[in-house]
Amino acid sequence: MQKKTNVWNNVDWITISIYLAMMFIGWINIYAAVYNEEHKSIFDMTQQYGKQLMWIGAAIFIAVLMINTDSKFFVTFAFPIYIAIIFLLMLVPFIGTTINGAKSWIQFGGFLLQPSEFMKMGTSLALARYISSYNFKMHSWKSLLALAGILFVPVGLIFLQNDTGSAIVFGVFLLVLYREGLNGIVLFFSFLIALVFVLTMVLEPLPTILILTFAAFLINYLIRKKTKRNLIGMATFTSIFGILWLINYLAEGGVDPLYFVFAAAFISSLVFFLWAIMLHKRSLAILIGIYLGSVLFSVSVDYVFHNIMEQHQRDRINELLGIQSDLHGAGYHVNQSKIAIGSGGFFGKGFLQGTQTKFDFVPEQSTDFIFCTVGEEWGFLGSTLVIGLFMALLMRLIFLAERNRSKFSRVYGYCVATILFFHFAVNIGMTIGLAPVIGIPLPFFSYGGSSLWSFTLLLFVFVRLDASRFEQLSY
Amino acid sequence: MDTFSKRKVIVAGIMLGVGILFVLRLFTLQITNKTYKQFATRNVLREITIYPARGYIYDRNNELMVYNKAAYDLMLIPREVKAFDTTELCNIIQLDRKDLREAIAKAKQYSRYKPSIVAGQISSDIYAPLQEKLYKYPGFFVQSRTLREYPSKSAAQALGFVGEVNQRTIETDKYYKSGDYIGVSGLEKAYEKELRGIKGVQKSMVDVHNRIKGKYNDGLEDTTAILGQNLITGFDAKLQAYAELLMTNKKGAVVAIEPATGEIILMVSAPSYDPNLLVGRQRSKNYSILMQDSVYKPTWNRAIIGEYSPGSTFKLVNALIALQEHSVTPYDRFSCSGQGSTPIRCTHSHASPVAMREGIRESCNPYFWNVFRSIINHSPTAEEGYRVWRDHVVNFGFAQRVGTELSSERKGNLAETSYYDKYFGQKRWNAMTIRSLSIGQGEILVTPLQMANMAAIIANRGYYITPHLVRAIQDPNRVSHELEFEKKVIDIRPEHFNTVIEGMQAVIEDTKLQHTVKLDSVIVCGKTGTVQNPHGADHSAFVAFAPRDTPKIAIAVYIENAGFGATYAAPIAGLLIEKYLNDSIAPRRKDLEQRLIETDLLNVVEVKRKL
Ligand SMILES: [Zn+2]
Repeated sequence: MQKKTNVWNNVDWITISIYLAMMFIGWINIYAAVYNEEHKSIFDMTQQYGKQLMWIGAAIFIAVLMINTDSKFFVTFAFPIYIAIIFLLMLVPFIGTTINGAKSWIQFGGFLLQPSEFMKMGTSLALARYISSYNFKMHSWKSLLALAGILFVPVGLIFLQNDTGSAIVFGVFLLVLYREGLNGIVLFFSFLIALVFVLTMVLEPLPTILILTFAAFLINYLIRKKTKRNLIGMATFTSIFGILWLINYLAEGGVDPLYFVFAAAFISSLVFFLWAIMLHKRSLAILIGIYLGSVLFSVSVDYVFHNIMEQHQRDRINELLGIQSDLHGAGYHVNQSKIAIGSGGFFGKGFLQGTQTKFDFVPEQSTDFIFCTVGEEWGFLGSTLVIGLFMALLMRLIFLAERNRSKFSRVYGYCVATILFFHFAVNIGMTIGLAPVIGIPLPFFSYGGSSLWSFTLLLFVFVRLDASRFEQLSY
Repeated sequence: MDTFSKRKVIVAGIMLGVGILFVLRLFTLQITNKTYKQFATRNVLREITIYPARGYIYDRNNELMVYNKAAYDLMLIPREVKAFDTTELCNIIQLDRKDLREAIAKAKQYSRYKPSIVAGQISSDIYAPLQEKLYKYPGFFVQSRTLREYPSKSAAQALGFVGEVNQRTIETDKYYKSGDYIGVSGLEKAYEKELRGIKGVQKSMVDVHNRIKGKYNDGLEDTTAILGQNLITGFDAKLQAYAELLMTNKKGAVVAIEPATGEIILMVSAPSYDPNLLVGRQRSKNYSILMQDSVYKPTWNRAIIGEYSPGSTFKLVNALIALQEHSVTPYDRFSCSGQGSTPIRCTHSHASPVAMREGIRESCNPYFWNVFRSIINHSPTAEEGYRVWRDHVVNFGFAQRVGTELSSERKGNLAETSYYDKYFGQKRWNAMTIRSLSIGQGEILVTPLQMANMAAIIANRGYYITPHLVRAIQDPNRVSHELEFEKKVIDIRPEHFNTVIEGMQAVIEDTKLQHTVKLDSVIVCGKTGTVQNPHGADHSAFVAFAPRDTPKIAIAVYIENAGFGATYAAPIAGLLIEKYLNDSIAPRRKDLEQRLIETDLLNVVEVKRKL
């Protein structure tokens, strides 16, 4: 009994308060988003808002259960839990239920659970357990291979279940690995590759190359402050493009201007690369190398996408980036979402006064686009508060992770923080037009029991681990 | 502390960076950029249902029986309403302020966001000034739709009417939304799917001033309405109207069928009503008046739901069955003692004994008692004999729905052997016990439609085509698709019909009907019936067809409480046959026509009842 009181004395009430506040705000916004006049009561169990209250109740129960669990349990059973969820994931194709085209749900009694949601916690535990083991060395082949194994088994399984959005989330563990010593260059290139890929897919290669070109000149200017040479570079690029375009125009060749932009980028890069080598300007050579690599990557992504991939593979990517599922043409949903949020103004339209979400201009109002309702009805004030809450939670989690002497707890804490961060960044980024439309929920806000419970589980395992930070753990 | 501890700053920095980026983005979206606010107000979606024109209904001569006229519903979205001049709006739409207030309150109660009808079925002359002033009333808009118009004001029950769809239909058929119209009865109901067409939807963006700002999403979600299909019926609209005129102030039904095709030429149920009453803003008021009329029940289609004893008209069937079963020959004679006959007395006085032709002519009850007894006794037991008889009767389309498109059609009734077993006890009944059937009384009920069909069978000498109202369906491109109907052959040999038809000709030519029904140019065959009515004066029935050798029309007339069939039912049939075949009434028969139109049997009944 004494142990139990100790636990409740040591839990981090700041984290718990933010958690409860988020669920509450989420709940009233779900109410506003799907508000139905025939069911005015927020407690009406036939409606999403009534059900969400039930899910919240169950989530709090899960949280209490986690806090009352012995923290050693999570360390000892990290791998078994990870393996058990992998098994569940493998069972999904056989006993799963299909919802919205993804066969990624399992029905337990009256509840639908998505094992991929719980996989995030399982993988976090396994990563924490492995990284905190004595024989782990970040840059040894063996360790990298093991890490890759821990990550790619669940990612592969989830990917096979057509739930690409959830699979992408695991990419964020790179941040955890970075914190634990992974070379920063890996992080930088991963980010660059993802960025160029998304830009190419969403914007087409031509604007992508132009953006990359502009970025390269900007970075070069910021590093080296040589305005004159930058202008010469731009002039070279533009004139090569211009000459080619003019020839094509006069000859009525009808060639896609993409080729001219690409040629301009390629030729001018080569010229300046040779020049940089000759003058031993190493940083310029690296910059041009990265630039040229990105351009080539963008063009080849586009080529592979259009000429090598099968239609169903293309559909998958389009769906992931919200291009295909957006039946009304690219950007329509995002535009509606931006209109909803933008029309909120400083103070918002007020509780239940939003028109954009209610008239079904915004899709998935209660799940993926719940932030629209916040933005429309509570304005800049409310949306900033929500972002502030997330920032507070993330900072608090990093603080808690860092104060833990146990490496297991720290790595797990970082996993929790980065997963929540990724969901936050992609979900809200999507509603305000800063991220592709990847359908993943906003933690603790979006409607749905499965995601709420999995995030609760994820968070409260860490709250429990943190509560026992004074105990001497063997890891 | 580990060596990479400093990286926490980078990780936290990335997170904070994204957070700050989001806040900046929100700042531009929500505060500095005003265009989104304008977008949002402009973004108010207005969904207008495009109701396709309902299909027309034509008669056999391509004359329009039902078409459409334009009408408009004033709609309201409560949430968008701003303060407005109620008096002015009420003046424009000619509505009480109280009614308007109630309608708005009701709309609010239904939904603040979804449109409700405030004033339905506004006519074109009100619509024009309303449309001009509509900008003054944010939240209001007009939705156009079509209303039915019945130029000949006839065939109300057969054509049926349209009304607002009820809640149960909305729940079971997702095509329908609250406020939609649906065929409620008659052909409007039977051919609802063909007539209604397919609704379209037009989504528009409107601004706060109620002005349409363009198509929503470039009209990608709009659907065009598909026009309803037209029905081409077998009705003769002129004859239908004439029949209704003749049935003025009478209670009963008239059905006429073209024997060769089974097309129903007319279907009258009297008393009737003007179908135009059930259209427009007065609809609900008129509807409840019609439904509450429990004396005349004007919405009842007696032609198909009226179940009556066929009376003496049924003797034709008994004669045919006996001939087919060889239980009597056309020449077998039976004696008649007039009023003193047993077990059934004769209602006429005539020479005795009589054979079939005279039996039919004189409608001799004792003769048909003998005919019926011969059929029943032709089998070893009464039960078997009854079964044989009953099978024949059923073969004539009795005791079953003959199969028109109208869903309210009734079966009539004809007792099974089990009924008599239960009533009298097994083997404790015989021809004598059920003798009423010999003269079309007793445990037999038929509809006027079935009687007309019987006349068609005799006219065809032994078959009928399923009677039907609609001959063809015309698609919106005005291409007609002929419908096909089943031909049913009666198990009685054609020569037997000739004997009966001779009798029927004699009915018209050798009795006093020669003054009222016989035509100069055409041989008419018919049979009267006077049906005992325990509740009042006898019903008057008559079946006929003409011309005898190339029948064009078979008809049944049934008039409640009108006494002898010969008095009213037969001359009405005669006039209808004459009008149909000759297109006019001979001058010498104009008096008869006038007298029949003026005959008021309804108020006679009233008087009788009072006495
Ligand atoms: Zn007699």
